Amino acid sequence: MTAPSITVSETPLVLYTLRRADDALILGHRLSEWCGHAPMLEEDMALSNMALDLIGQARELYGYAAKVEGRGHDEDKLAYLRDVRQYRNLLLVERPNGDFAHTMVRQLFYAAFADLYWRGMMGSTDATLAAIAAKSEKECAYHLRHASEWVIRLGDGTDESHRRAQAAVDDLWAYTGEMFSVDGSERGLIDAGIATDPTMLLPEWLSIVSHVAREATLVLPENDWMQQGGRDGRHSEHLGHLLSELQYMQRSFPGATW
Amino acid sequence: MYTQALNSPEEGSLAEDAVRASRFQARVDAEERIEPNDWMPAAYRKTLVRQISQHAHSEIVGMLPEGNWITRAPSLRRKAALLAKVQDECGHGLYLYAAAETLGASREELVDAMLAGKAKYSSIFNYPTLTWADIGVIGWLVDGAAIMNQIPLCRCSYGPYARAMIRVCKEESFHQRQGYEIMLTLCRGTAEQKAMAQDALNRWWWPVLMMFGPPDQASQHSDASTKWKIKRFSNDELRQKFIDATVPQAQYLGLTMPDPEMTQDAQGHWRHGPIDWNEFKQVLAGNGPCNRDRLSARRKAHADGAWVREAAAAYAEKRARRQMAQAAE
Amino acid sequence: MATPNTPLWEVFIRSRNGLAHKHCGSLHAPDATMALQAARDLYTRRGEGLSIWVVPSSAITASDPADKGMMFEPAESKIYRHPTFYEVPEEVGHM
Repeated sequence: MTAPSITVSETPLVLYTLRRADDALILGHRLSEWCGHAPMLEEDMALSNMALDLIGQARELYGYAAKVEGRGHDEDKLAYLRDVRQYRNLLLVERPNGDFAHTMVRQLFYAAFADLYWRGMMGSTDATLAAIAAKSEKECAYHLRHASEWVIRLGDGTDESHRRAQAAVDDLWAYTGEMFSVDGSERGLIDAGIATDPTMLLPEWLSIVSHVAREATLVLPENDWMQQGGRDGRHSEHLGHLLSELQYMQRSFPGATW
Repeated sequence: MYTQALNSPEEGSLAEDAVRASRFQARVDAEERIEPNDWMPAAYRKTLVRQISQHAHSEIVGMLPEGNWITRAPSLRRKAALLAKVQDECGHGLYLYAAAETLGASREELVDAMLAGKAKYSSIFNYPTLTWADIGVIGWLVDGAAIMNQIPLCRCSYGPYARAMIRVCKEESFHQRQGYEIMLTLCRGTAEQKAMAQDALNRWWWPVLMMFGPPDQASQHSDASTKWKIKRFSNDELRQKFIDATVPQAQYLGLTMPDPEMTQDAQGHWRHGPIDWNEFKQVLAGNGPCNRDRLSARRKAHADGAWVREAAAAYAEKRARRQMAQAAE
Repeated sequence: MATPNTPLWEVFIRSRNGLAHKHCGSLHAPDATMALQAARDLYTRRGEGLSIWVVPSSAITASDPADKGMMFEPAESKIYRHPTFYEVPEEVGHM
């Protein structure tokens, strides 16, 4: 017997909150995969700290989504009992860790966005989201600094590290556009002052990322084709495998308390 | 810690060494702490490097069996707690490597010895974590046994080791509680969960008792370590203390000790049946169920990370050169 | 092949209670920036600090334990440096 998936009533605010919660959980999960396997023990510490920050953000956001939905779901039901088509995270955060360069470039792209995003959300008219934003902004500011320092070292380190860092930038670039896209359901929340408008964050994000790339002697791709789909549950093949691990216990032992 | 500058072992005459050795022992007997730059017998230094580095390796290898469940933890709360705990173990490994380095060994050479299979780590981490209940048992019993071993080390004669252990013990107090809470939740859950808890206890109990090391008659290192106040209780004493503390906890959970010969004596001590020391020897010799997996996981992390460490070193050198060039302008 | 050594750093943390920076341990890092980040991740996980210093271990000059006598014992006899050396009548009150 396996636990069936739940159905979530995705009102605009529930959907909006779930999308951010899924981003944080999936990226936190990816970072946690490094624990015990990082290039140096000091980095095991750092990656775990960031994973813990993100899992913490996810828990608060799921808790709020469940409350707004008001149908008796909780953080664990939302995290463990939705299947791949109900997951709403960005394609970027589900990308496999790859080598350390891929993980750090993914971190740079996401944290540079998340820091700006949460700073914007601190002004949300929704008090809960504004409070989550205030905490998350500080965490993501540190993630950005950490990732920037590493990307600079990898890009401007040895020939091998430069090649790997450039490959990571080239591979991940097409997943950055999704962070700045807005659909109809989010437009209403932006107009109501609940959500910040991500399209407005693009110039500053580009300037941060370009600055780091320049320091790192890396080149940002000219290619402006951007992959979309994560926000609507059209994911890569990787997410299903991640979820089968993440959800294994809750799916195998329906209704048990852990 | 600042040993590189001063800690070159001094060459002295044998007569001089005898005087120093007796002065050293007098300080140890007076419960003074020995600090990195103090004179110490070569054998004391060697014993400490061996013990502290084995302890550090154990923390680092110990990340693997529990790390095996981070991505599968059954709730977000458990996931965060487990990740924080495994991360703590890494931190403890780092504190301990730093303490070993005060004795003049470098972390790199210690780690290389471990990766080459030349240094030991705790036998317990060569057993697999098969179910979620194993995570509960590890926190409750493996950390419980480790704490039992570590509390006396907070008073060890070597200052840096004692200070590292104080920090470790303080941080570890949540680990055992975390494990016991998992066990309690399982034992109050469904029949399937309770069976999972009992099965985990059955598999881990004997290997946990082996964590305290061979019985006192067979232990090689105890005499000198006791004289030097590195070790304050014998293996058997600590093992007994641990069993006496654990049996009532298992009873509270409603679990059965997997030792049909376990009985309580007139003084209230729980006496265990015979331990299979051959199994212990085999695990130490590299033949435990996971020895090969553990070493290959650590070797892979080390090898895969080499280019990253090289890049960081190359960048540091480049930047230092640029700064010098700038200053010269 | 032996692994090349990464530089060692000493870490000092100023805790919340307003005391001075206190030595709390050491770590390995390729440069000062990374050492600072690693110190934050290793030594302040439980909210222990408000400020961190990292210093290359090689930059520390330590006193030689063999000099303990001449370095520190001469100060022990200067009891007139301590307030309890001086007698003030009780009627005068706290001073």
